Amino acid sequence: MTFFLEVLISGLLSGVMYSLVALGLVLIFKASGVFNFAQGSMALFAALTFVSFLEMGINFWVCLLMTMGVMVILAFLVEKFILRPLINQPMITLFMVTIGLDFFLEGFAQLAWGTQVHRLDLGIPNDALFIFDIMIGKQDIFIAVTAAFLVLVLTVFFNKTRMGRALRAVADDHQGAMSVGIPLKHVWVMVWIVAGFVALVAGLAWGNSLGVQFSLKTITLKAIPVIILGGFTSISGAIVAGLIVGASEKLAEVFLGPFVGGGIENFFPYLLAIVFLLIRPNGLFGDVHIDRV
Amino acid sequence: MFYRETGQFKTSYAADRAIFPIRQDLYGMGILLLLALTVPFFVKEYWLSAILIPFLVFSLAALGLNILTGYAGQLSLGASAFMAVGAYTAWNISTRLPQVPLLVSFIAGGITAAAYGMFIGIPSLRIKGFYLAVTSLAAVFLTEWIFTHIGWFYNYELSATISTPEMVIAGIKFDTPIRRYYLTLIIVCLMALAAKNMMRCTIGREFMAIRDMDVAAEVIGIRMLRTKLVAFGISSFYLGVAGALYAFVYLRSVSAASFDLSESLHILFMIIVGGVGSILGSFLGAAFILLMPIFLNLGAHAVLGNSIDPQNLATLELMVFGGLIIFFLIAEPHGMARLWQIIKEKLRIWPFPH
Repeated sequence: MTFFLEVLISGLLSGVMYSLVALGLVLIFKASGVFNFAQGSMALFAALTFVSFLEMGINFWVCLLMTMGVMVILAFLVEKFILRPLINQPMITLFMVTIGLDFFLEGFAQLAWGTQVHRLDLGIPNDALFIFDIMIGKQDIFIAVTAAFLVLVLTVFFNKTRMGRALRAVADDHQGAMSVGIPLKHVWVMVWIVAGFVALVAGLAWGNSLGVQFSLKTITLKAIPVIILGGFTSISGAIVAGLIVGASEKLAEVFLGPFVGGGIENFFPYLLAIVFLLIRPNGLFGDVHIDRV
Repeated sequence: MFYRETGQFKTSYAADRAIFPIRQDLYGMGILLLLALTVPFFVKEYWLSAILIPFLVFSLAALGLNILTGYAGQLSLGASAFMAVGAYTAWNISTRLPQVPLLVSFIAGGITAAAYGMFIGIPSLRIKGFYLAVTSLAAVFLTEWIFTHIGWFYNYELSATISTPEMVIAGIKFDTPIRRYYLTLIIVCLMALAAKNMMRCTIGREFMAIRDMDVAAEVIGIRMLRTKLVAFGISSFYLGVAGALYAFVYLRSVSAASFDLSESLHILFMIIVGGVGSILGSFLGAAFILLMPIFLNLGAHAVLGNSIDPQNLATLELMVFGGLIIFFLIAEPHGMARLWQIIKEKLRIWPFPH
């Protein structure tokens, strides 16, 4: 029983990490209707930039600020060179352009900062905590708290502020939003900046446990079933689904894996997502899409 | 001046509906075919086996994906999964039942891939757009897992790699690059012709109706279930045959890792760069995506000398790749096929454009 709970909790906590990446995806989708395949590369890029600054011997907080600055610049560039020319293009085009961005960023990050693995130590104690004999890593808890905080801030931002409402309008219809006077340019820059910051947090959280390296990029693939399950437009959905995916994937691997030869961690979340999709085609918390002909 | 349909009168509906209604197009195709048939006599064997054969194989794969994504509008990231199914089926049949003719095992590979594709396509009835792309992602991971974890499929080889047996069709051994090139050329040409014709008749028009607006298509009486599954089936058949060729003719020794997600993305890029919803585009895109790294390599060596670090070159390649994808989508969302069309239109009024 203790073992089961330990697996469950470690699954839930790794689910929080997936949610962090999924959050970035949901943000951009909610605000611009773009499915950002490059989120993982953005996390890689942010974390690599941060670590490289850190290795130059710069103060931790200054590094953080500088990296945030880099992400802001990135957001401006993305808006200017990629999104603005593609206003009013079909969603598929916008999706595919982010695959291009994904490749570009991956190459750029490694060309600029080298391909070796960097260690990242955020100074969070890495020892385990025992609650009722169940082992939980302290750093996982730290990440979970960070994620909870992020979600809170983002939810307030989207639902209560003027900017948040403008973002939702843009997601609904580019042209419509423009015609009621929402500055598309600013809105997009804004949302990519926020997504960049979320990517930074995700990149640091993952980098802290895995080391900052090329494989960070693949976290997008982990986050995709999460947002499918939770619905593309729901922030809380991303969190709940992240927990479901994390927990079920670990449980399946540990308890189901040995019977089929292991390694099912990679595709199990996808199967789960498909089963959910067949029952609820818009995810658990997604908006119901109405077709107009 | 020379490219103009003036004076070519159509006197029957059949002539009007011909696959190449303009005579110059027909001649152009003839010349192209002649070129393709004679090219082995001019180039080195290395070119045949390292560039022309993969070009043909990937063209076929891009064509398959284009049928599903370009014509029927169902975004798929699962191309490599269907290729894997085709390759493994063909391999299993040809090693386990050596008396079966090789071409039959290729076709069987295609058919199995088609069945698998239709199975993967079932959710497309309820799921649309990105959600569907994710189901195809699931196919990639699931297939990769099956071909690494279930030993029967690779005959319990230690490295989980399959090496294709000698290819013999009707007593002819396909052991030299030239012979393999001709075999691939014939298969690809026949299948491309079939695809071109399929997309011009009812089935292709149904695909396009669904792509443009699925609800409206359903309203005018196109059966969604059948049409979508047929799209998945045909596309996967092409991908399956391409996968079999990829394994047998090109690499001759593949593992599940040869059919991973990046392979899928490569094929997706081919149709983006070449032209989504265009047969010609599949060929142009495949040529571009395959040749680009080679020229980039040559260019980098010419500019920077041999001192360049291969690691840096690989990352540079990624960057240029990504940049080109972005550039193409912005500059010409319809790809190189559209450019070709523009050239043709310009040619028709040349040299007096007004």
